[in-house]
Amino acid sequence: MVIIGRGAEAILEMREFKDLYFPSRDLNIKVVIKKRVKKGYRLGEMDLHLRRSRTVLESRLIHEAKKYVRTPAIFEVDLDECYIVMEYVEGERIKEFLEKIDSERRKNICRKIGNMIGKLHKNGIIHGDLTTSNMIYRDNEIYFIDFGLGEFSKEIEKQGVDMHLLKEAFQSTHYEHFMEDFENVMKGYEEVVGEEKKREILNRIREIERRGRYVRRDSLYNKQ
Amino acid sequence: MISLGIESTAHTLGIGIVNEKEVLANESSVYSGEGIHPRKAADHHARVLKGVLESALRKSGVSLENLDLISFSQGPGIGPCLRIGATAARTLSLRLEIPIIGVNHCVSHIEIGKFTTEARDPVTLYVSGGNTQIIAYTAKRYRVFGETLDIGIGNMQDTFGRALGLKFPCGKEMDNLISKGKKYLHIPYTIKGMDFSFSGMLTEALKYLGKEKKEDIAFSLMETAFSTVVEASERALAHTGKRELLLTGGMAASPRLREMCEIMCKERGDRFYVPPFDLCRDNGAMIAYQGMIEYKSGKRMRIEDTAVKQKWRTDEVDVTWLS
Repeated sequence: MVIIGRGAEAILEMREFKDLYFPSRDLNIKVVIKKRVKKGYRLGEMDLHLRRSRTVLESRLIHEAKKYVRTPAIFEVDLDECYIVMEYVEGERIKEFLEKIDSERRKNICRKIGNMIGKLHKNGIIHGDLTTSNMIYRDNEIYFIDFGLGEFSKEIEKQGVDMHLLKEAFQSTHYEHFMEDFENVMKGYEEVVGEEKKREILNRIREIERRGRYVRRDSLYNKQ
Repeated sequence: MISLGIESTAHTLGIGIVNEKEVLANESSVYSGEGIHPRKAADHHARVLKGVLESALRKSGVSLENLDLISFSQGPGIGPCLRIGATAARTLSLRLEIPIIGVNHCVSHIEIGKFTTEARDPVTLYVSGGNTQIIAYTAKRYRVFGETLDIGIGNMQDTFGRALGLKFPCGKEMDNLISKGKKYLHIPYTIKGMDFSFSGMLTEALKYLGKEKKEDIAFSLMETAFSTVVEASERALAHTGKRELLLTGGMAASPRLREMCEIMCKERGDRFYVPPFDLCRDNGAMIAYQGMIEYKSGKRMRIEDTAVKQKWRTDEVDVTWLS
């Protein structure tokens, strides 16, 4: 058992698929167990209710999103212990991958990302934490992971915040090509949602930026 | 250096005197009525100011002539109330011919907390009547990482308390009721990332009135509200990588909220701090201290710059006193 992540509400553990399900078979598949841990400060019943409903919501988002884009396969959802067992997408994070490829491929990847987000938004799914660390490149495909802050919604405000967060992620992590990259993301987005919707989203991003509350991500996160 | 600070953002008129080492005096008078009526609160402040000033001078043993600096809370707050403090500060500064500094009320809460506890670079959970924010210092500003999307948590508690017929402010009596509550009634839990909102909770709680025991309703309402702010604080700690939580503001008096913060920090292995209560609620000493550290960092203000700022945001403050 290897702990690969620890957030405010969940612990991520890496395990072997065969150890969990088929001890006798020689399968080489890794899984992630995302477990929402008990919080001692909350009343027991409130705590269980929250962890349960969030586990359900995240599983549903990942599963629903799979109709439109690549997401990890879900193997198990446990509502007593509040964990999800899902496929460990073994590949390279877009964050690093993007910096290794030539400009033509880079352009295609950004377009593809925009395309995928467009499909999610069009179908009422908000990812909630769009960064290039939450996108994995494997076998010529991009996978979206971590829907922990996501929700089902078609509200323009939520879509705008989603795109705004991605923009900031590009600005802080991929600053050298930021303008170009984000433009390509928006081109890909437009291909799915249409020109009018794209303009609406761009306006909303500008409005969100004007509110000024939002902090650049690089100053928010302690990169580990 | 001896600094005198005047606080008058809302229902408290406070005057504090500090030097580099300690708080020398921290006197106040609190307006009470049915909620805050801006003009009546301002009238109260004007009426009690002289008395509070005299008692602060007496307690500290400092005379007006020994003061080196006058600070006042320039915002955010209720306009008429703010202007009483600002006017008094200008008068003192001109008459005594000493410098004047207007400071941000919310930032002052944090800095006095750092001055009087061992917190050095905390995530601050600031909970009061009008303000509910999660603040941390990053990239040269105090950034608001999370905040209420509608009303302040204290405001919610007082509104609910008044519906029960309690006298404003209702903190103490509500704490009593909460401790007697046993049955948890469902109240919607609203948290969005690190933001939260309370009006939905309040509406639900009011619907239970007359149907359930009032201590159970109060208990359920405040358990839910506290849980959301503690959860958001934990997210902020995880996000920023900081290892200290500072709880301040008038609601920091709540024993249950303190307990919840303490458990959360313990489970994470982080440290938890609360300043002495007189420095948690609105007070003049924090304003005096804030003015002093800003002055020492080189900040200067002319009388023309001292107009009050009712909507002055925490993250708009230019932090000159931290490296």
